[in-house]
Amino acid sequence: MSQKRRSSAVAKRQVQAPIFAALGDQTRLALVAKLCRRQPYSISQLTHGSKLTRQAITKHLRVLQSAGIVHSVRRGRESLFEFDPQPIEGIKEYLDFVSGQWDQALSRLKSFVEE
Amino acid sequence: MTDRIEKRIELKAPVSRVWRALTDYREFGQWFRVKLDGPFKAGQVSRGHITYPGYEHLKWEAVVQKIEPERLFSFTWHPYAIDPKKDYSKETPTLVEFRLEKTAGGTLLLLTESGFDKIPSDRRAEAFRMNDGGWTEQMKNIESHVAKTS
Repeated sequence: MSQKRRSSAVAKRQVQAPIFAALGDQTRLALVAKLCRRQPYSISQLTHGSKLTRQAITKHLRVLQSAGIVHSVRRGRESLFEFDPQPIEGIKEYLDFVSGQWDQALSRLKSFVEE
Repeated sequence: MTDRIEKRIELKAPVSRVWRALTDYREFGQWFRVKLDGPFKAGQVSRGHITYPGYEHLKWEAVVQKIEPERLFSFTWHPYAIDPKKDYSKETPTLVEFRLEKTAGGTLLLLTESGFDKIPSDRRAEAFRMNDGGWTEQMKNIESHVAKTS
């Protein structure tokens, strides 16, 4: 089992709350947007061009890691960070599913009151 | 990223008609496909069972929050809590709100369901199995239909 697959299995057991919380922050959203572009990034690369310190970026990355959205991989002496879309896709799929159920229920309501 | 679902639907019926369809437990049951034990009362648990074909063994349970005549009807529930053996009462429920507004052509219904950030992710997987089961069934129907007509 690869590192990535094991991590997402762990993420599946977590509740959704940390994912929403992790994304409810401008800096972390910007980090995620950056990590989506090219994988993986080192802390130096993520700090470059940012007003934040290395320590601050590390702190935000930890929050993203605990939500299962970001994973770290070791390359030589460096830790690199990469984005894992699975937890977010999981939530999106779930919301789409509930949303679809409401579409069906409301269309039944529509024919019910309009007949 | 959002943790809520929002729907707007224009209904060609007066507000009073829509209100009755939402809050009369028998009428609600007809379009929602649930058989409820009794009328909705604010602050009280509403119980019944699903009548959606294939899911008749499932219980319906919600806590009615607000009944503000012809304006707002809301309840909390555990969306698609489909395992009859499991106790969902420890989980934070989601809030479903129906808001009505009078329009020139009838009624504007605004539906919101919020609070998904509190739902454990293993529940999501369960809801999928339900959905997936539906599709598997549909595929079988198509298969047998094709087999018969070919």
